[in-house]
Amino acid sequence: MPMISADFRHGMRDSVPVMIGVAPFGLLFGALAVENGMGIVEATLMSALIFGGASQMVGIDLFGTQIAPWMIVLSIFAVNFRHVLYSASLGPKLVRYTGLQKAVAFFFLTDVHYSAAERRHELGQSFGFGWYMGLTIPLYILWVGETIVGGLFGRLITNPEAFGMDMLLPVYFLGIVMGFRRRRNWLPVVIASGLASTLAYGTIGSPWHVSIGAIAGVAFAALIAGDQPVTEPEANETEEIT
Amino acid sequence: MDLISDIPAIYWIILAGAAATYATRFGGYLVVSRFENIPPRINAALDAVPAAVLTTLVAPALLSLGWAEAVTLCLAGVVALRFSLSVTLVAGGAAIILLRALSG
Repeated sequence: MPMISADFRHGMRDSVPVMIGVAPFGLLFGALAVENGMGIVEATLMSALIFGGASQMVGIDLFGTQIAPWMIVLSIFAVNFRHVLYSASLGPKLVRYTGLQKAVAFFFLTDVHYSAAERRHELGQSFGFGWYMGLTIPLYILWVGETIVGGLFGRLITNPEAFGMDMLLPVYFLGIVMGFRRRRNWLPVVIASGLASTLAYGTIGSPWHVSIGAIAGVAFAALIAGDQPVTEPEANETEEIT
Repeated sequence: MDLISDIPAIYWIILAGAAATYATRFGGYLVVSRFENIPPRINAALDAVPAAVLTTLVAPALLSLGWAEAVTLCLAGVVALRFSLSVTLVAGGAAIILLRALSG
């Protein structure tokens, strides 16, 4: 078992603070999935196969509406699109990984994996496949397990308004948006997509406000960006590896 | 074909969503390992995607629900400037319970 190495134990140690931060959201996802009419089996399958909190929240949020299935898939894709940047930045640094190990590692690649790996890279510490799985396995078990627990617990909540649960998703998304605030052109993008989505919500109606608002924000970001490369934001600042 | 149409839509959503997610996680590396540089405008657009999508899920709730919901979101936005996502969520949850109780 080459995985039970010092590298693997370092990964598990790195997973501890992350698990404390992630724990409430695993339970929240399970509870809200059931709240939105999804079965525990389906919610658990979603956690096991997608393993991406924000996109799963968006998925169940839209699943509760009459939106077309392909639109839900597109929204999941859109929310997870940031992983393209992580994969582009981290991939070339995984020099000691075999092809299969890269394929496995990318399946589990989240914001947490990206930031933890970049931190070790910054500190000159190794982040081999053993470390990666040491970080991943506890998190994965927690996330999938909590979906089941949250789903069971969610069924006991018959009046979500009394607990403010219906507002937790918007607050959660707002918190994530605020976390992006140091990215370049963050405020113009938020204003553009906020205005466009509100306008679309009031005229064309839901669910089109999601696509229209997102496209407006992304197009505006491309429009106001110069043609000269700028200093990358912290999420992908170590790109001088090329 | 009957077998395929018998499977509930949610399973197709989950499988297609998982495939799309894996494509994003592998795709960036596949692209970068073939090309030298991403054009700055494309890079800026990709950078803006998550904030743009998630904003659309907050803005209508901020402007079309009641005052208690709007105040909660404003408060949560301020809390998020200083504190973690978990603290923000607790603050937002506490605010909406309190404000709804006050508004009867």
